[in-house]
Formats: sequence, structure tokens, C-alpha cells
Amino acid sequence: MTALSDVSTHAMASARWRISEVAFWVLALACAFLFPSRYLIMTDIVRLGLFALSLDLILGYAGIVSLGHAAFFGVGAYSAGLLALHGIITEPVIALVAAGLVAAVLGFLTSFLVIRGVDLTRLMVTLGIALLLEALAERFSDITGGTDGLQGIEMQPILGLFAFDMYGKTGLFYSLIVLFILFLLARRVVHSPFGLSLRAIRNNPLRAAAIGVPVNRRLIAIYTLAAFYAGIAGALFTQTTALASLDVFSFERSADLMLVLVIGGTGYLYGGLIGAVVFKMLQEFFQSITPQYWLFWIGLVLVVIVMVGRARIHRWVLFVPNLIIRQFAGRKAVVAAPESDVS
Amino acid sequence: MASILTNLFDGVAYGMLLFVLACGLAVTLGLMNFVNLAHGAFAMAGGYICAVLVNNSGWPFFLALPLAFVGSAAIGIALERTLYRHLYARSHLDQVLFSIGLVFMSVAAVDYIMGSSRVFIKLPAELEGQIDLFGVGIGRYRLMIVVICGLLTLALQLILAKTRFGSRLRAAVDDPRAAIGLGINVPQVFAFTFAFGCGLAGLGGALSAEILGLDPYFPLKFMIYFLIVVTVGGSSSITGPFLASLLLGIADVAGKYYVPKVGPFVIYTVMIVILLWRPNGLFGRTAAR
Repeated sequence: MTALSDVSTHAMASARWRISEVAFWVLALACAFLFPSRYLIMTDIVRLGLFALSLDLILGYAGIVSLGHAAFFGVGAYSAGLLALHGIITEPVIALVAAGLVAAVLGFLTSFLVIRGVDLTRLMVTLGIALLLEALAERFSDITGGTDGLQGIEMQPILGLFAFDMYGKTGLFYSLIVLFILFLLARRVVHSPFGLSLRAIRNNPLRAAAIGVPVNRRLIAIYTLAAFYAGIAGALFTQTTALASLDVFSFERSADLMLVLVIGGTGYLYGGLIGAVVFKMLQEFFQSITPQYWLFWIGLVLVVIVMVGRARIHRWVLFVPNLIIRQFAGRKAVVAAPESDVS
Repeated sequence: MASILTNLFDGVAYGMLLFVLACGLAVTLGLMNFVNLAHGAFAMAGGYICAVLVNNSGWPFFLALPLAFVGSAAIGIALERTLYRHLYARSHLDQVLFSIGLVFMSVAAVDYIMGSSRVFIKLPAELEGQIDLFGVGIGRYRLMIVVICGLLTLALQLILAKTRFGSRLRAAVDDPRAAIGLGINVPQVFAFTFAFGCGLAGLGGALSAEILGLDPYFPLKFMIYFLIVVTVGGSSSITGPFLASLLLGIADVAGKYYVPKVGPFVIYTVMIVILLWRPNGLFGRTAAR
């Protein structure tokens, strides 16, 4: 009895909104108003953040290592593109949800393949699925436009009110709102008993099964949800850039995504968002130094992160934000302390 | 009929090449349980070493091949000693991230040094053209590959099964702790094996420049093929990956020739099905490590 109430108090306490979290979102909104010339890159960051959030749900919370998360991103992107191109669903928000659902269906179907086997099998299967979809998209070029991609997508105004403008203002606020809503949902999910059971599975599937957690069903559920998120991120990509090409499925996209999440830290929801900001800034920085060879530096960052140790890096990344938060809210308020990592 | 046999032969040559490229990975990934996605980078290094020696320095092709092996092995052992060995005990996620980072670095570095276009290695005249064997056209270059790779496979099998080093390696892999207790220098055995695998990959890279094409994106393009060979072939012996490479090579060549539109599709599907049907590989042990 007491144990049960302990668990629920603990869960409720950790689910309470902290000042630092509010500050984070206020800051995000402020950035959107403060830098009108940077709409496009900020939209990019928001999209990447959503995509990383999706990977965090399965990697950070459920411990599934995926090398092919771009599969769902790509399916979402192409669904949104095709829906708009053929005028099936012209309203962007409904099309967005529809594209997310298509990705979720794919996620549900492939989850049965992914939950079998150990890490290595999962890596191969997820990678294989993404490559398979890329090959399929190339094969059915009459539908997908092949290597040229989908061309001539025209987006209708959101809710019939807000038209996409060429500076990307509508796109940014649209993406930001979508991200915030989905973030709230994800926050609710990971702080629920369902989310706790996922963490139990990540830490030790055998033990989780022994205390009565239906391991496979939970994994299928979270994998489907993550696919839905990734699909939405992909659909946002198509809707805000009005293009979808084969590279949405590419391995580099999945690999970059891992880097994003690793920079920010796995296993807490802000990891993907912070990682997206840092990653994009790093990318911009490297691209401004060496437009052609920035991949080298990105690779070096990955190697260094792993060699130094991910946990240590997170402490450094979070050092400055935590310092600021402490100034304002006293010593005990810590903006984000990543949980123990997947091992 | 003749074209079928020619294709079959091409497939066998391709498969053997894949085996030489991937068998180092069979040891690191399959036996040492280290997810090394950067294996293709060592192959690429060998290929470029050979290309530079032959094209720029005018070395004969057959003399450059051993140097490709030695060069890649040297790079391999340097990286093993400085970086890889710290990661043997880490999580698979760390290993994946690290090796992806290495791949990215190698791609950009080679692009920077050698340029992004495809590199061809000048072949000696006696390797060009075809010979006619009972009405079946057989490429000389491919014949050489089959001979070299066949000999290598035999040698590997003998080393693993008959020599003292082979039994040390098998012991170190089966149970590192017990092996250390018996006085086997396990880190040294692993380092040597890793370097040897990298060297083989380098040799494979040099041989494959003609067939697979050599450009900076080589490690990314063929990563999945190496992984397929190892995961499908399993890791209990050298025969598993060997048969898997042959299957993959023949299927890929036949797929590209007869059903060009669905070729890659078939291979990925077969891989996923096999992995689900037998997670430890077609010829793998049943006990999961």
C-alpha cells in the first residue's frame, strides 16, 4: 500500500512542471519573435527536435537502438507530399495527422519484426527496413518521382486561415505549435505508469516481465507512437519546404538523428530538443568553415563524444543552462538531469 | 545457357570478393561482439593505397596488392590500440555512434585528399579481357579474384583450425576470462586479429576497385552488404560467412541482370526474413551470446 502511494507521489512529483521548463518554452517562443531573418533554420531545428524526440521515445525510454528511423520520417514526408499533390486532403493539419497515422501503421507492422532479437538484429532490421523503403521509393518512381522527388507541391493555408509565406514565418509557428502539442503528449506518456514500465523494460526486460509488465505489447505501443511522431516530423518537412525527395530515407539522416540525440542526451524529453539546437549550430558553423568537408568534423564530434563518455558530455552541455537556472531559482532547481543512460 | 554460366561465375567472383572484404568484420562483429560499422573504411583505405601506388608511383599491380594489405592493417592496428580497445566493453549504442563517426571522417578525409570522383586502378594487360572456357566467357580479372580469394579462404580456415594462434583466438572468443586464466594474452590476440581483418578488408578494397567502384562513399554504400554477410552467415565458423557471401554475390548479380528493377528490394527482404527466422544467422550457433 505504502509502496504504491510512494510510486504515485514520485510519479506525480516528477511530472510537475518546473520553472526551468516554462523558461525553455518561453525562450523558444521569444527566439521565434526575435530573429525574423532566421525563420528557415529555426523551422529546421524545430523539425529536427521533433524527430529526435521521436527517437528518444524508443531509444531513451525503451532502449531500442534503431539505425533506420528515417523510414518513418520518409513515409510521413511522402504521405504528406502525395496527399497535397493529388489534392486528397488539402488542409495541412488534417494531412499532417493523416501522414503521421500512415507512419504509425508502418511502425505497428514493423514493430513485430523489431521487438524480436537482440541489439544487433534490431540494428540490421531497422536499417534494412529504411533501405527497403528507399529502394521501393526509387522503384515506383511514377508515384514518388524517383530521384527527382515530388515536385510541384502546393500547400493550402493552415485551417484555411494562415497561408504559408516565402519567409517561412507561418511554417515556423506552425511547426512550433505542432512540436509543443506533441511534446505535451510525450510528457504525459513518459510520466504515466506506462512510461515508468517502459523504463523498467529498458533497464532489465527480464525483470520487467517477471513483475508482470507485458514487455512485447509495451514495446509495440511505444514503437508505434514513435513512428507516428517521426511521420509527423517528416510531414512537417514536406509541408514547410514543399518538397520530398529520396534522401528522406537516407542512412545519413538516421545517423545524424542519433548524433542529435546523443549531443542532447537520451532518456529525458528535452535531450532531443537541446540536441537539435546544438547540432544545427554545429552544422552551420562547420559548413561555414568548410562547405564541402563538414562531414569530417561531424564525425569527429561523434568520436570525441563517445571517447569522452556521453554522461560526462551531458553534464558539460547542461552546465551553462543549469548555472543560469540556479541563479534565478535557487540551488535545488536543476533544469535537466539526464537519467542513467541505456547500457 | 552460356550467359547463365557467365553470370554465375561473375556472381561467385563477386561473392568471394565480398567474403574477403567482410571476413574481418565477421571476427570483430560476430566473435568479439563489437558493432563496427566502419569496416568499409579500412577496405577503402586499401583501395586508395593500391590506386596511388599503381597510378601515381607506377608500381606493378601485384606488388601493390600486398601493400594495400599491410597499409590497411597498419591503420587498423593503430586505431585499435588508440581508440577501439576502449570501446569493447561499452554498449552497442556507443559502438555504433563511434564507428559512424569514423565512417563520416574517413569519407570526408578521402574526399579532401583524393577528390570525390571514382578512381580506377590501372590493370596490367594480362588481366583484361575474357577467356573462353567451353564456350563460357570468363573475365580474366574475375578469374584472378576467384583464385586469390579461394586461396585466402583456405588459408584462413587452416589458420583458424590448425594453428596455435587459431586455437588461442577461439579460446579468447569463447570465454575471455578463462583464456586469460590460461595465460593467453587476450588483448594482444584481439588486436592482431583486428589488424588482420582490416588488412584483408584493404586487400579486398584494392581488388574490388574494378568491380564495385572506388569512391569516397564506398564505406557507406557497402556497409549494409558487409553486415548482411556477417549477420546472415553467423559467426561460428568461417564457412557461414563464406556461404552467405557467395549467396549474396550470386543473388545480387543475378538480380541486377535478370530483374534490374527489384534487385535491391529482394536482397533486403531476404535479409530481414532470414534475420527473423534465424536471428543468429543461417549457419550460426543457436546459443545467443
